[in-house]
Amino acid sequence: MAEITPVVMPKWGLAMQEGLLAAWHVQPGERIEKGRELCEIETSKIANVFESPASGLVRRLLVEPGTTVPVGKLLAVLAEPEVPDPAIDAYVAAFEARFASEAAEAAASAPQPRQLEAGGRRIRILEIGEGGVPLLFVHGFGGDLENWMFNQAELAARRRTIALDLPGHGGSAKEPGEGDVPALADAVVAVLDALGVERAHLVGHSLGGAIGLALALERPQRVASATLVAPAGLGPEIAMDYIEGFLAQSRARKLRPVLEMLVHDPKLVTAEMVENVLKAKRMDGAQAALERIAAACFAGGRQRWLARERLGALACPVQVIWGEADRILPVAQAEGLPATIAVHRLAATGHLAHMERAAEVNALIERFLD
Amino acid sequence: MPKKTYRQAINEALRQEMERDPRVILMGEDVAGGMGSPGEDDAWGGPLGVTKGLMPRFGRERVLDTPISESAFIGAAVGAAATGLRPVAELMFVDFFGVCFDQIFNQAAKFRYMFGGKAVTPVVIRTMYGAGFRAASQHSQCLYPIFTHIPGLKVALPSNAYEAKGLLIQAIRDDDPVIFFEHKAMYDEEAEVPDEPYAIPFGEANVTREGDDVTVIAMGRMVNFANQVADKLAKEKIGVTVVDIRTTSPLDRETILETAAETGRVVVVDESHPRCSMATDIAALVAQERFADLKAPVKMVTAPHAPVPFSPALEDLYIPSPAKIEAAVREVLAFQG
Amino acid sequence: MQLSRDQLLHAYRQMRTIRAFEDRVHEEFSAGNIPGFVHLYAGEEASAVGFCMHLEDRDHIASTHRGHGHCIAKGCDVGAMMAEIFGKKEGLCGGKGGSMHIADLEKGMMGANGIVGGGPPLICGAALTAKTLGTGGVAIAFVGDGGSNQGTTLESYNLAKVWNLPAIFVIEDNGYAESTASSWSVAGSQVGRAAGFGMPGYEVDGHDFFAVHAVAREVIERARNGGGPSLVHVKFARYYGHFEGDAMTYRGKDEVPRLMAERDCIDLFRRRVTEAALLEPSELDAIDREVAELIDRATAEAKAAPMPSEADLLTDVYVSYH
Repeated sequence: MAEITPVVMPKWGLAMQEGLLAAWHVQPGERIEKGRELCEIETSKIANVFESPASGLVRRLLVEPGTTVPVGKLLAVLAEPEVPDPAIDAYVAAFEARFASEAAEAAASAPQPRQLEAGGRRIRILEIGEGGVPLLFVHGFGGDLENWMFNQAELAARRRTIALDLPGHGGSAKEPGEGDVPALADAVVAVLDALGVERAHLVGHSLGGAIGLALALERPQRVASATLVAPAGLGPEIAMDYIEGFLAQSRARKLRPVLEMLVHDPKLVTAEMVENVLKAKRMDGAQAALERIAAACFAGGRQRWLARERLGALACPVQVIWGEADRILPVAQAEGLPATIAVHRLAATGHLAHMERAAEVNALIERFLD
Repeated sequence: MPKKTYRQAINEALRQEMERDPRVILMGEDVAGGMGSPGEDDAWGGPLGVTKGLMPRFGRERVLDTPISESAFIGAAVGAAATGLRPVAELMFVDFFGVCFDQIFNQAAKFRYMFGGKAVTPVVIRTMYGAGFRAASQHSQCLYPIFTHIPGLKVALPSNAYEAKGLLIQAIRDDDPVIFFEHKAMYDEEAEVPDEPYAIPFGEANVTREGDDVTVIAMGRMVNFANQVADKLAKEKIGVTVVDIRTTSPLDRETILETAAETGRVVVVDESHPRCSMATDIAALVAQERFADLKAPVKMVTAPHAPVPFSPALEDLYIPSPAKIEAAVREVLAFQG
Repeated sequence: MQLSRDQLLHAYRQMRTIRAFEDRVHEEFSAGNIPGFVHLYAGEEASAVGFCMHLEDRDHIASTHRGHGHCIAKGCDVGAMMAEIFGKKEGLCGGKGGSMHIADLEKGMMGANGIVGGGPPLICGAALTAKTLGTGGVAIAFVGDGGSNQGTTLESYNLAKVWNLPAIFVIEDNGYAESTASSWSVAGSQVGRAAGFGMPGYEVDGHDFFAVHAVAREVIERARNGGGPSLVHVKFARYYGHFEGDAMTYRGKDEVPRLMAERDCIDLFRRRVTEAALLEPSELDAIDREVAELIDRATAEAKAAPMPSEADLLTDVYVSYH
């Protein structure tokens, strides 16, 4: 009998328990290829396009646009024309009957973040997957480990992955020390030490990219490879109106335009994403820690830690991924790098390339690690 | 993020602030309970268990049961605040303010002004308000407009557990007197509440829903009703912005006026009586400042000009319900000028 | 306990300063130079001074609408007080409080109070602060005979006792709550009320500085040493009306002149210390002259000082308000 392929509400990151189906990009009766845009989904972090996990003929769309449904809920059914309608209906009914109990099980077994002591401070990490040289994710200024919600679980299928909250961020202690790139790099090494990880592949975004560069240069024995997404450290320019706005705004309506600078399509910034940033900023000590980091890293409106002159000394494979519409760190900083560094420029993509173009970025990382 | 009830969030805020600052003390009737009695210590932890566990943690020196004597202990909290402590006093039901209002509005509220800016009175008065508990006329009122009316006081009304923790921590750290209104029907409602301490600034409204057609301005428990209505109408492609004003004093005029002007159609939802209320206050503000942007008269949804009734049949009619809010939204939407 | 020369001189100077201050405020008010309500303490000086001589800045007092004497006795600046009463920007409260709300928390003076019975709950709080922070401080509420009938006062007796606070309630009974005689309005007795709450209670002649001073020492020491609250019923008379402009038609015909001639607390003090040769009349005369100069200067400066401006209208409502 011909195959029926279910498409369910995806789980993007540990916090996601439900998603709002904002719009369908296909109609029943249309054919869709794997990787093409199926629908738009809004989560607590960001709105995103959901790419079809399979190819096939769309037979049923089961969720009305504007509806919020739990992760794992059946959204659509793909099947070839020879599958009769009654078989589709029976499949849907059976799937939905099974769904409730399985969803509960899945939620219970989902990996949870935990806190550990590293370098004398409390650091929150999330580990997913097993085996091989671990992949370590380092977020940027003002972010947290959930920034990797579209990447970590995907890349964890084949290896152990670790995402962390930098000091002053997320669920980590609001003690950034000096707050500059070397101090933050030391904090990351302390996490590797605490976990007994000798060597790791690094994925760093923005300020986390500079931290990745610093580790690749200063601790080459600890770094197997580095994927740098719109990294800091490659040029002095930075959009200080973003940094200053991020620090200054305490109302959602004022913060939203600041966060919209992060992405190419402002619709990606959801109300909940703005609210979550505000919640993080309100944590005791967070504002002071962020101000300290900003002062140490971006004093005078320029990046203070720069590695461009030393890139020839890099010992590990390095790739750079950059959105061409990045309004925080200009993509021009990806120019003129040593030929050993592979540079991937993504069209119509802002500063959050790993969220805006998750599938492409994930594929680039998979290929790079192979 | 862990889910906690409104009750747990308030308890956690108190515990964390008492751990952070030894000047923070609690006082009130039965905040521990069992004082001087032969049975259990910490017998109640407040009439609805909100302060349970704090006396065993911090001792009788910092969690003080009081006689039923609101004038004396609310005044003592005010006097202690003016002389170096940061007391959190519990006025069990806001309806009881009648016996101690002098200490709040003539003393606490006016010290700073009367004394030429030399007094700091960081007192928090926590109090339960609101209908829905079948508690009748003397245990169900809202009354926050009365406190809002008094210069020198700040007034906060958290609309969920997350808001309750952050606003209470702000209240305790605030150097001005704060009246903190807890809706008694919300203590068991859950929300995601971080374990870490955090403060939500006063005077910054929270836009909980965004829509293009109607702006609903609400406070306290009414925010949740307004959100329900917004979610329901979203399915009909009616876009409702919901503004949780969080604090009635200070009032975030900017957000109210901006969101009012954006849709031009405004409903104000206020659980208190209609006269001299937050509803009239906000309606007047919008009418005065954004008249040209309005496409329909501002509509108010409030309790009636009557005491809160006891009978469940009557009390259910009394409370501004989601159905009444929805009807008001449809009414302003249908208005043709 | 015998008072030292310095203490005696200090006590005399304080009482004389209060009297001169009040007499001057009476004159200026009568001349139409002072706005609002003023309630004068002349005749009652021994009470404020007899208690406050035992206090330090860490100790707190709450006063009444008749508060000038308590302010001076607790160390408030006389010039700034006078400026305040004239409503001037240099006043102790920037001209925003006036006679009924003079306060100086740095000196432990929690304010005169326009609300009869407003002070006792507040000093329970000040006493709780002292107890909680272990400052060793005490707190005193001065309450009139009218205020003694307020629920706040009676509730405060109870709270101070059940919390064992270092609190003292001083009932300053000048015979009249406004125009109503305390002999009529107060049921039972003040000392009996203290007994009802399990507090030590004392009755003392408020014209006799030395009697007040001795009782004050005892109750303040008890409070400081953890012995809990006490009540002192001070009986005396006021020379002026309830407020300035009160024709005092309710008083006996020769009541005030007779009191002033026979029972004036400053005259009695003077007679006693000079007869016992503790102080020379010339020393006291010198103080009188210095005080007169101080009050002259304070009054002249207060009159010359600028009024607050519109910019001051909305400041200090809150510490911060956005």
